[in-house]
Amino acid sequence: MANNTKGRRDFMGMALGGFTALGGIGALYAMKRTWDPLPSVKAAGFTTIDLSAAQPNVLNVEKWRGKPIFVLKKAKDMKTDPRDVVMGDDHFLVAIGLCTHLGCIPAYLGDEHKFKCACHGGEFDASGHQIFGPPPSPLEIPPFKIDGTKLVLGEEGPEYQKMKADGLTV
Amino acid sequence: MAHFDENAKPFSQKWLDERLAVSTLKRVLQTEYWIPKNINFLWAMGMVLAATFGILLVSGIFLLMYYKPDTNLAFDSVNYTIMSEVGYGWLWRHIHGVGASVVFLIIYIHMFVGIYYGSYKRGRELIWLSGMLLFVTFSAEAFSGYMLPWGQMSYWAGMVITNLFSGGSLEAYGLVEWIRGDYVPGDAFLTRFFMLHVLLLPLAIIGLIVLHFGTLRLPHVNNQDGEEIDFEEAAELYKAGKVKESKVIPFSPVFLSKDVFVMGVYFIFFFYLVFYHFEFAMDPVNFDPADGLKTPAHIYPEWYFLWSYEILRPFSKDLGLIAFGIAQVIFFALPFLDRSPNVAPASRRGLFKYWFWAMLIDMIILTFMGKLPPTDALFANIGLIAALTFFALWIALPIITKKEKKL
Repeated sequence: MANNTKGRRDFMGMALGGFTALGGIGALYAMKRTWDPLPSVKAAGFTTIDLSAAQPNVLNVEKWRGKPIFVLKKAKDMKTDPRDVVMGDDHFLVAIGLCTHLGCIPAYLGDEHKFKCACHGGEFDASGHQIFGPPPSPLEIPPFKIDGTKLVLGEEGPEYQKMKADGLTV
Repeated sequence: MAHFDENAKPFSQKWLDERLAVSTLKRVLQTEYWIPKNINFLWAMGMVLAATFGILLVSGIFLLMYYKPDTNLAFDSVNYTIMSEVGYGWLWRHIHGVGASVVFLIIYIHMFVGIYYGSYKRGRELIWLSGMLLFVTFSAEAFSGYMLPWGQMSYWAGMVITNLFSGGSLEAYGLVEWIRGDYVPGDAFLTRFFMLHVLLLPLAIIGLIVLHFGTLRLPHVNNQDGEEIDFEEAAELYKAGKVKESKVIPFSPVFLSKDVFVMGVYFIFFFYLVFYHFEFAMDPVNFDPADGLKTPAHIYPEWYFLWSYEILRPFSKDLGLIAFGIAQVIFFALPFLDRSPNVAPASRRGLFKYWFWAMLIDMIILTFMGKLPPTDALFANIGLIAALTFFALWIALPIITKKEKKL
């Protein structure tokens, strides 16, 4: 009799524990989803940039997902790089304009063909490679897809996937 | 059911006692809560903190009535509506801003008094741990509040601090975007930090304050000599009228009078800052509205986070992040890293005496270096050495305290 009661109590305890755990997991999942970016935020995550009017060695700053995007058409005398976005004969640097050290926005010095970050003195060359100071990695390249003379940011085209596979960006 | 006196007048002492046990409550929390006699004014910092938290709560409630958690409206609701339109709105803002800064000064004093006198040691570990939990929660509270005016420093501090969660080379940007609810700090970010700042974190702080007081009730407060007092015996002496012979005094009204005096001096200092030097808690950069396409020339946190910011800075990305993470939690381990059984002021202990002052000075140096731009090689090197010294001191602590002779 005593054992029987104990068995029943154990069962009740386990059943209660099981249901509580199940409800807890459900609640945690709902909480996690509530913190996810909203669909409207995600939908705004694509930007199309027309590159046909770009001037050589003039930095254009576009906005994508709230972040500044550097678009720099390389002049003929500037070094090309595997990180370049190639469109016909034109080479472009397309990169997220946030210093990879602490996220400041570097300024472009056109004469010297380099970016300089005022915050901690980091420098990047015109291909986005870090050449001086604390930045640990090159400027990041946003996911892009080439569509004629247009660039769609936020979508991974074959050129971007190749760069990613080659470890040129994250 | 308890026995009720039919003749007790409503709301009289007896009437309340029978329903609320007010006399028992008063005895347990005040008149028979025993405090050692030999403690100095530094022990009043707990009450100073409680009072400052109260002031932050009240001023925060008044700011809450006009603040708008919306990226388009937040900046003007603070800098125009509250500052210029709301009657005495400027007063609540300055009280809140100065309070948020000064509360950390008092927390640091409170912490270092505890370290100096060994108040974290055997029997009192939970006081220390609950206090450190309070410190961490206060840090989160300060950070989330710093976001709300939506100025340039708010925005970029939000950017940098949430970027830390990408875990360096782990590149966990999904996690960062989840925390922000957006790709960059935006509306979702502002509203959720608003929620944290005005509800969840203050609730947690209040709960932790209750826990912190609770952990104090049985081991009792430490004293200036680290003397082990038999509180029951001493209390009997006091109650028998041998006030001079007893080593303890009741918290209220006897010790509280000293607390109130210290608070009085503190509030002169506090309101001097509120009325004449509020600008020290207001970064000028934060009077520019947030702009995601323009960074301020030099990003730095408020003074109370500079020491840990400087520990993050001189190392490479991953190493810096690990060092920063350790610096945030290492103080929790203090009761377990200090291997000496001595509960005594640092001045009467062995090498710990030097350890204490070295740690304090090192953290002050880190604070100064954190404010300076790291582009200067000399300052960057001093910062690196100070950061390395910080870790060297923590590694040395168990060794030097193990060697300490028992007093």
